[in-house]
Amino acid sequence: MTHVGYLIAGYGVTFGVLASYAAWIVGKKRALARELPPEERDPRWP
Amino acid sequence: MRSGIGTRILGVATVASLALLAVMALVITPADVNQLDAVRLIYIHVPMATVMYVAFGVTALGSILYLVPRTRAHKWDVLAGAAAEIGVVFTGLVLVSGSIWGRTTWGVWWTWDARLTTTAVLFVLFLGYLALRRVGGDPDARARRNSIAALAACIDLPIVHKSVEWWRTLHQKSSLLDEETFLHPHIHGTMYWTLLLGIGAFLLLFSWLLINRYRLAKLEDRMEDQGLERALAERRAEALTGAP
Repeated sequence: MTHVGYLIAGYGVTFGVLASYAAWIVGKKRALARELPPEERDPRWP
Repeated sequence: MRSGIGTRILGVATVASLALLAVMALVITPADVNQLDAVRLIYIHVPMATVMYVAFGVTALGSILYLVPRTRAHKWDVLAGAAAEIGVVFTGLVLVSGSIWGRTTWGVWWTWDARLTTTAVLFVLFLGYLALRRVGGDPDARARRNSIAALAACIDLPIVHKSVEWWRTLHQKSSLLDEETFLHPHIHGTMYWTLLLGIGAFLLLFSWLLINRYRLAKLEDRMEDQGLERALAERRAEALTGAP
């Protein structure tokens, strides 16, 4: 295989950034949901 | 509960399709005669560019729905903001993956080519839009301002798409998203199907991200309202007791 370094960089940055962004969204959503009083929490959005 | 399960199924389908894409793109598909294995970057670069158009398209739609009096609702502004943030992430990745691909095929990391420049402008415009969303004010005035700014930024979208036709550029013509190449694709066999799989996988990812980012934005709004209510209650209590 040629251009291995470029492929690792391209795929690595792409999947790394997207995974980090998804984890940030889920983590922050859960943290905020925990701060809400139980009666205001939406059971569909755990 | 149904919505939660639906989102989880969407999440599993997204991860599975991205894993399949990685195998197809890096192992199964053949190398290109001219570009050799560097062509494998097409399977992430083009799908991410497609998501970029879709994300900003959703932003434009949400903004229009907010500005039209008959459909005006706060949720459309929230949706527009959520889609724009995801669009900015994807635009950044399109620029980075394109830069890496450009280094292997053109020999440079960056050139002031029409497609690259208009995409970079789009990135900056929507960064500005996201910054504008953080500026305070009356909620209705804020949402109206956001919507107008989003629509102004979206003017660059067709310019990005048409830039390879309007100007002489280094960038290749559209791979799929025009009538001629869609009906008579220039790529064939596993390369073509892997590219379509990539677009499908990244659109699934966009849907999952949009649902979750929208819910996060609603939670942020609710917390902001709660904080405001708490501050008002504290002020009222201070006024009643005469405390500073």
